[in-house]
Amino acid sequence: MADYCKMWESLGINLEAHDQLLGSIPPVYQQIFLDQENRPQAMSYFDMVVMEIHGLRIQELQKHKAKGGTVVGSFCVYVPEEIVLAAGGLNVGLCAGAEIGFDEAEKILPRNLCPLIKSAFGFKMSRVCPYFESCNLIVGENTCDGKKKAWEIMNEEVVPVYTMDIPQVKSEKGKELWLDEVKKFKNKMEEISGKEIEADKLNKSIKLVNGKRKALQRLSNLRKNKPSPVSGRDALLIEEIAFYDDNPRFIEKVNVLCDELEERIRKNESAKKAASSPRVMISGCPMVVPNWKLPFIVESSGASLVCEESCTGQRYFEDLVVEDNGSVGAQLEAIADRYLKIDCSCFTPNQERIDNIVRLAKEFEIDGVIYHVLQFCDPYAVEYRRVEKALEKEGIPVLRIETDYGQEDSGQIKTRVEAFVEMIS
Amino acid sequence: MKFAGIDVGSRTIALVILNENDDMSYTVTDTGHQPLNRCMELLDGKIFNRLIATGYGRHIAHAEFADDIITEIKAFALGAKALHPSCRTILDIGGQDTKVISVDTGGRVKDFEMNDRCAAGTGKFLEIMAKALSYGVKEMGESALGAPKSVKINSMCTVFAESEVTSLIAKGEERENIALGIHQSICERTASMLNRVGIVKDVVFAGGVAKNVCMQELLKRKLGVELIIPKEPQIVGAFGAALYAKQG
Repeated sequence: MADYCKMWESLGINLEAHDQLLGSIPPVYQQIFLDQENRPQAMSYFDMVVMEIHGLRIQELQKHKAKGGTVVGSFCVYVPEEIVLAAGGLNVGLCAGAEIGFDEAEKILPRNLCPLIKSAFGFKMSRVCPYFESCNLIVGENTCDGKKKAWEIMNEEVVPVYTMDIPQVKSEKGKELWLDEVKKFKNKMEEISGKEIEADKLNKSIKLVNGKRKALQRLSNLRKNKPSPVSGRDALLIEEIAFYDDNPRFIEKVNVLCDELEERIRKNESAKKAASSPRVMISGCPMVVPNWKLPFIVESSGASLVCEESCTGQRYFEDLVVEDNGSVGAQLEAIADRYLKIDCSCFTPNQERIDNIVRLAKEFEIDGVIYHVLQFCDPYAVEYRRVEKALEKEGIPVLRIETDYGQEDSGQIKTRVEAFVEMIS
Repeated sequence: MKFAGIDVGSRTIALVILNENDDMSYTVTDTGHQPLNRCMELLDGKIFNRLIATGYGRHIAHAEFADDIITEIKAFALGAKALHPSCRTILDIGGQDTKVISVDTGGRVKDFEMNDRCAAGTGKFLEIMAKALSYGVKEMGESALGAPKSVKINSMCTVFAESEVTSLIAKGEERENIALGIHQSICERTASMLNRVGIVKDVVFAGGVAKNVCMQELLKRKLGVELIIPKEPQIVGAFGAALYAKQG
């Protein structure tokens, strides 16, 4: 790895804590990812991205900024990346999946709060995330109660946050509100970048982000094969990397992988073992880097993870924005339309999500659903009841796992997941 | 021909040995801090045609000596079904887990519930409460059963419940009343877990806590069904694993 210390230092990173963090990744990564048998060769690019997680990409962000570009950090699949790109910006996902800086975060946040929010604060407050430190603008959003209240505190005590308001109901009024928020965000991006968002630039950005979604859709569709030509962890990893990698390169590399996977399917090269293993979908809360706990347990218990119904999964790349839609105003409407289709559990009613889960379960020929709730995430935890009922009606077994970023419950989760796999085998 | 099942639990290890005529022998011992050594003592160099491990220590057992593993859920389903063919629901309260398993008429696991990281309401919880009240574990159940009234215990967290118990003692509350309250709070929690899965008769109650007379009585009253308690409730999992070993 190149020496990035100077760069990190200039970003104000706490080098000692950061060393510890970076040092903790390789052994875990080895066990969860590199030790897999018969891995597609094209995964080597994504391995490199993880090994360089705070290096190469951060360097690219600095170069981009040196040329007058902006960097926007966001926490939610609701923030329209197209608008960031059209203003000459780059968007990075700041959601964090490790128990870092919780002691700092818990000084200003309640302990009984979802680990995703605490982790975002923890990474910032303990100064170990160079993505965070590279941002010109932090965008929060009013999704769940935990987040909208936490952004108030982050804005007052940690770092300025621009917050997008998200409607709770997808009514005409709700749509109006959201379109207005999208327009405001466009103005905000123009203001901080000093660049006007023009129709052709916006259209190009729409096409680029659609390209990313299409590549991820292609990968997802390949997993419908029996057996899936790629492990669930590898696919999830790619879905996670989508949040911060360079878009054109990422699209190319995902497509290279898909070519290889198609070749595998033709040659029927996938591991035989996977053919008989039950097919599982993880549904619910996001799993962000490096929170690979549940997928690893699922796959090492003999199941094949073939779909993630989550923000690090289908919610991120389903549905495209209409392209070549004319004026900036019309394009913003197309963007607002696409994003409002996202079926986050913060909406009420949210029948779309229930229907989508059932549809995905059928499309992917799922033998069982594992419903993943991050501790203290009320929207997903409560919505479980409706999901459970819908799946029961379809005769699809479901196991609910509530957990956080700690490892102390791995043994108990393993017992439950293994028993679930025995049950659906 | 000899087949064995070993249930490496958090508090006890049970070994069940079956021969080709289904003659059974068993041993139960405390897990202690070196479960693998305890397993070796139990196995005592015996050779089996097939040995299946279950319980929270199944993976370490598999790495060292067992031929294969099954989860406690499957092991309890197999064991309870063989002991009581009419069984459709199994409640197991062990050292650190509570499980409810629903099986179909053929004995296949249909659904199950299990507590997650927290060991509230399990054998461990009772042990700690017994200690706080200066009871032996068995003695606490018997004493609670004869208590004239019950004191409500609100906390399910072991640590909180312990301080709640301590403050009740400080208020001069009789310890058997507190003990009954403790049993009742576990009973409520267990009943709601059973209700989530759905109670279909016959219900088998297994695991170490099934020996507790107060839990037996309270659950029976609360659920309104008879509970079948195996003669040796602690070996149901190991027995299921031994049966699985024999099925090959």
